[in-house]
Amino acid sequence: MSKELIRLVDCVMVFDDETVLDSINLYFNDKEFLTLLGPSGCGKTTTLRIIGGFQKPTSGDILFDGVRINDVPPHKRKINTVFQKYALFPHLNVYENVAFGLRLQKIPEKELDARVTEMLELVGLRGFEHRKPVSLSGGQQQRVAIARAVVNRPQVLLLDEPLGALDLRLRKDMQNELKRIQQQLGITFIYVTHDQEEALAMSDTVVVMDHGRIQQIGTPEDIYNEPKNAFVANFIGESNILDGIMLEDYAVEFFGRRFVCVDKGFAPREPVDVVIRPEDIDILPPDSGHLCGTVTNVTFKGIHYDIIVDFKGFKWLIQTTDFHAVGSYIGIRLNPEDIHVMPKSEYSGLFGDYSSYSEEYEEMGDPDADAEEENSDEE
Amino acid sequence: MRNRFLATPYLIWMILFVLVPLAVVVYFAFTDVNSGALTLHNIARMGNYLSIFIKSIWLALVSAVICLVVGYPVAYFIAKAPAGLQRFLLMLIILPMCISFLLRTMAWVSLLEDTGVINNFLGMLGIGPLPLIRNNAAIVLGMVYNYLPYMILPLYTVLEKMDPRLIEAAQDLGCDDMQVFTKVTLPMSAPGIVSGITMVFVPAVSTFYISKKLGGTDAALIGDVIESQFKAAYNPNFGAALSLVLMILIFICIGLTNRVSGDEKGAMLV
Repeated sequence: MSKELIRLVDCVMVFDDETVLDSINLYFNDKEFLTLLGPSGCGKTTTLRIIGGFQKPTSGDILFDGVRINDVPPHKRKINTVFQKYALFPHLNVYENVAFGLRLQKIPEKELDARVTEMLELVGLRGFEHRKPVSLSGGQQQRVAIARAVVNRPQVLLLDEPLGALDLRLRKDMQNELKRIQQQLGITFIYVTHDQEEALAMSDTVVVMDHGRIQQIGTPEDIYNEPKNAFVANFIGESNILDGIMLEDYAVEFFGRRFVCVDKGFAPREPVDVVIRPEDIDILPPDSGHLCGTVTNVTFKGIHYDIIVDFKGFKWLIQTTDFHAVGSYIGIRLNPEDIHVMPKSEYSGLFGDYSSYSEEYEEMGDPDADAEEENSDEE
Repeated sequence: MRNRFLATPYLIWMILFVLVPLAVVVYFAFTDVNSGALTLHNIARMGNYLSIFIKSIWLALVSAVICLVVGYPVAYFIAKAPAGLQRFLLMLIILPMCISFLLRTMAWVSLLEDTGVINNFLGMLGIGPLPLIRNNAAIVLGMVYNYLPYMILPLYTVLEKMDPRLIEAAQDLGCDDMQVFTKVTLPMSAPGIVSGITMVFVPAVSTFYISKKLGGTDAALIGDVIESQFKAAYNPNFGAALSLVLMILIFICIGLTNRVSGDEKGAMLV
């Protein structure tokens, strides 16, 4: 097991009477790729800035290797940051941007040159040494930002939505690139994003946050398969969330029917949230299904169809590779392992009903991802 | 097409009031005052005024540097102040510009002269009168006082729009506060420094009123000489020649400043 490197103890952050972080307890292991995931304003960036030293928590401690570092300024921490929108120095060329940290450490010229060149090689920017950042594309600037941080051989690299301003194709490429760099160099990555797909694809550990609180910590598989509450179930992927009653261990009731499930440990007749992922549902002829409903909407998504099915007034999202016309009457079967039971939470009832389905359903509210163009402040 | 059309009034203005007068200046500079015949005589006389040229440029340069040293911290402070305070402080900087330049210079005379406010006050304490006026220091004081806003405003502009994340990035990479300033803030404000120095230096080098009021009897600057050619000596041709040479010298100085500050494009546009 890798050892613990950073720990946040009861970190609280209050800005103007608004609690941005509510008693965060979290630890980061050495050489781990950990992602802080959540919607805008959930406190993920604030958490990152506390680790980087750009903000001090209102209360609580931050420990690095067991030593309290609340009062250590950023330039004395063995941590480097890849900033949102890169923050490259516009007056320096690519080479000098990357060499910036090494020059401050007074690294001898020969070693400095070797390390900068090696790093530019790693991010595929050899030959760009003398270009100014403004003359580079978003993806190239992003790689300069990574090289500029990583060349200092930090123990921890903080990445604040580094791919937010890139287009989809480039983002996928960079995800692979980042993962490769992280594994090759063996550095702890702490990554902030609101993109759940990105988080699942890259991370060893995902921390889901909302309203300044940690909702769930786990591996990508845990988070997806065993969401702890309706918020996590809804934020990670698509979910149909129903009201149910836990009858006994391995048996849950919803829609007035008893279903076998794999969950246990609830009180008898405890009200629960039941999550059913749209891709887990099997479609059958109506006479052999557990439940029957009418298709009300079909959207072609490429790999599959999104269909909305009305079960007694409650609309579900089902993903299927077979076409079912609007108005057709279908049956579904739910296998025990497809039914996931969660305790009730403050988020119960807020998510998981597709009655107001629109094709934009998967867009998370996301004011951060503003235009790629507008951020270059150069005249 | 439409853009070009909108620019016509300005183009006409430029041609009538910049290019045509410039051509007239060049024509006068190379013609004789009496006969009107072409001559290099005006240019040849320039050598006699070399020391005045040097002195003018030197005093303007000293003023520009003092303005920079005084103005930079002020601009920095304003740029980092909260938005409301920023507006108020900027207004304070601009406010003196609303009062006539001549009046403000006259005010300095009555402050500095031997029977002026300061010497009267010192006299009551049994000191003085000190020679506060009629010397080069007084000229520099007048220039710095009058042209300081032209230094502060372009510096403020570059400092204010500097991305605060660049400072965080510098700290992140190991800069302490001093290094953040020398390695990021200062180099990035180079365009503002260049345009500030230009905007102080150019009017200062050609000023005549300040030196006339605050300088000594022998302290004529090149602006005074040019003025006297038109108003006292009735030799507009020689005045034009002096202006032409001054203009060329100013261009050279600006070119040098730009060179020193590196290849900052658009420096003059702030």
